[in-house]
Amino acid sequence: MKVSRTWIGYGLTAPAFVWLGITVFLPLAVMFYFSFMSRMPMGTAEVTFSLEQYASFFQRDFYRFLTWRSIMLGAQVTFFCVLIGYPAALVLARTVKGRWREAILLLVILPFWSNALIRIFAWTMVLRTDGVIDQVLHLLIPGAPSIGVLYSYPAVVIGLVHSFVPYMILTCYISLQAIDDSLIEAGQSLGGSNLTVFRRIILPLSLPGLLVGVVLIFIPVVGSFMEPRILGGRDGIMLGTVIEDQFTEVFNWPLGAALSFTLLGIVAIILALAYPFLKNRVKVA
Amino acid sequence: MTRGSGKFRARLARLAVGLSALITAAALPSLAEAEELHVLNWKGWGTDDPSALAEFEEQTGAKVVHDYITSYPEVFTKLHTNPGYYDVVVLNVAFVGQAVREGLLEPVDTEALKNYSQLFAELRESPQLVIDGQVYGVPWIWGVTSVVYDTNVFKEAPTSLEILWDPKYAGRVCWRDDPEDSVRFAALAIGQNPDQPQDLNAVAEKLRALKPQIKAFWKSEDEWRKLVAAKECDLSIFWTSSADKAIGQKVPVSYLVAKEGAIAFRDSLVVPAGTSKKPLANAFIDYMTSIQFYRHWAQAGGAPVPANGAAVAELPEASETRTVLTTPENMARINFKGALSDEQRQSYLNLWQETKAYFAE
Repeated sequence: MKVSRTWIGYGLTAPAFVWLGITVFLPLAVMFYFSFMSRMPMGTAEVTFSLEQYASFFQRDFYRFLTWRSIMLGAQVTFFCVLIGYPAALVLARTVKGRWREAILLLVILPFWSNALIRIFAWTMVLRTDGVIDQVLHLLIPGAPSIGVLYSYPAVVIGLVHSFVPYMILTCYISLQAIDDSLIEAGQSLGGSNLTVFRRIILPLSLPGLLVGVVLIFIPVVGSFMEPRILGGRDGIMLGTVIEDQFTEVFNWPLGAALSFTLLGIVAIILALAYPFLKNRVKVA
Repeated sequence: MTRGSGKFRARLARLAVGLSALITAAALPSLAEAEELHVLNWKGWGTDDPSALAEFEEQTGAKVVHDYITSYPEVFTKLHTNPGYYDVVVLNVAFVGQAVREGLLEPVDTEALKNYSQLFAELRESPQLVIDGQVYGVPWIWGVTSVVYDTNVFKEAPTSLEILWDPKYAGRVCWRDDPEDSVRFAALAIGQNPDQPQDLNAVAEKLRALKPQIKAFWKSEDEWRKLVAAKECDLSIFWTSSADKAIGQKVPVSYLVAKEGAIAFRDSLVVPAGTSKKPLANAFIDYMTSIQFYRHWAQAGGAPVPANGAAVAELPEASETRTVLTTPENMARINFKGALSDEQRQSYLNLWQETKAYFAE
């Protein structure tokens, strides 16, 4: 009986794994294979296999500079997402009740209903000189100087924070609303101030959600290319845009793939280094 | 690659071709009423003009099906991965030689083209199109990338490319985010051959000097229009035919051909190897080089310069293509882009990315 149950388990989950295998790992495997080629296997030129594409990452200084830039962008965007998303989730999970909570949750998810590219273009209308923000400002203070930040680094951060903050709100909300009210009441009845209750009970118990949010945001932001290119102007170059150019400008898939896997490796190392620290924090909870 | 796997791949390819032929044969009866012509081009680049297409389809009874590219290297991917599917392709002249070497094109039967003799001889006889005595591409249109300026800022047209480096316009220049054009313009500005700059370091140095000047980069016409609408660009590097369209819509811009020069691209119509619809492909090419076709594009706006000299007259007389671009003095300054090798392309991209990284430092 036990054996057949195990097999039923396998049988039921197999389609999902097969699907994941095909849609996630197969394209990645193909790209990994490409990353070792000397050139695209088209036309008449001979293709050889080597590590030369990976070597170019270390031969050109600007790749390392841009990797650092992309990681800093990821860190900053994640920081602002925590700053905005966590308090929002806290209020939503602990204070807002009933229908209002549903309505606000719906509003949080609403941006996902529109295409990411459209949202970014909408930001260009808001942030540009004489855009929506400027017009409101001039309505309030006629003759005020422009505060349009489009085509600058802050514009990239604003656009990305807007795109990713819902992930933070949702993951934090899920772990915050699961906290048993009686734990908080117990803390309060033992004389804990609100701050102590937050620091000793709420934050540790919601940490898993917060960390999931951090990982979900940090990784894609490090590889982002569309938002920096459209919003960043002269400051819009990132490792992501450089990778995009290899595919679209020069048809050099091998180099684009090698740079992607190098970035993937670096992000994996960062997460691996952070893991012991994170694991201990979660264990305390 | 070992020889064995090459053989296996060839067998696989033959199998795939056979299968697709079978499927095509099975599908043929239902399509017999209207012969389909498969065209590969940029979106919105003339061949898909709705009124022109309607005219061509009415004349021939055929149905034109478009597929689109976003870069010329993509043409090579599509022709390699889908042989026999495309019948007519719009290809930049600089890429025709490479396509012929890779066995992707068939010679064009110019005897079958009524308008061929009307095309500018210099374009028609270009060694980039006539290879080993055979014509592989029919010149179609050409266009120029040059300096566009805001007419509210400049009462008189600037005359030199140096205006782009003038500190007076710091943070007011909108640059095309394109490695090749960037290298070519910097080369022109320092008096080097834009096709083969002798000193790439000097070119890189000149590009780096743009750092305080640049406001933003654009990649598509739409992005440039948004920048100009937001009054971000006193000066830009831009396509003159698209600037013509903006001028027609009362955008306050104009353009110049600087004394150092401007760069021009030429597009040709080519026939991929393996097409089964040569007569229809020829009819399409003939129509595309006709005055009737160009009339539609001129009316729609944003048309580049036709290779058919007689068709230029279809442009409005006030059009800057006629008043600025095609004056004999400016024509002599225009540098028609030559072919680049893959290695050159990659080195230009590396140089340009390094420059942009320096901009962001």
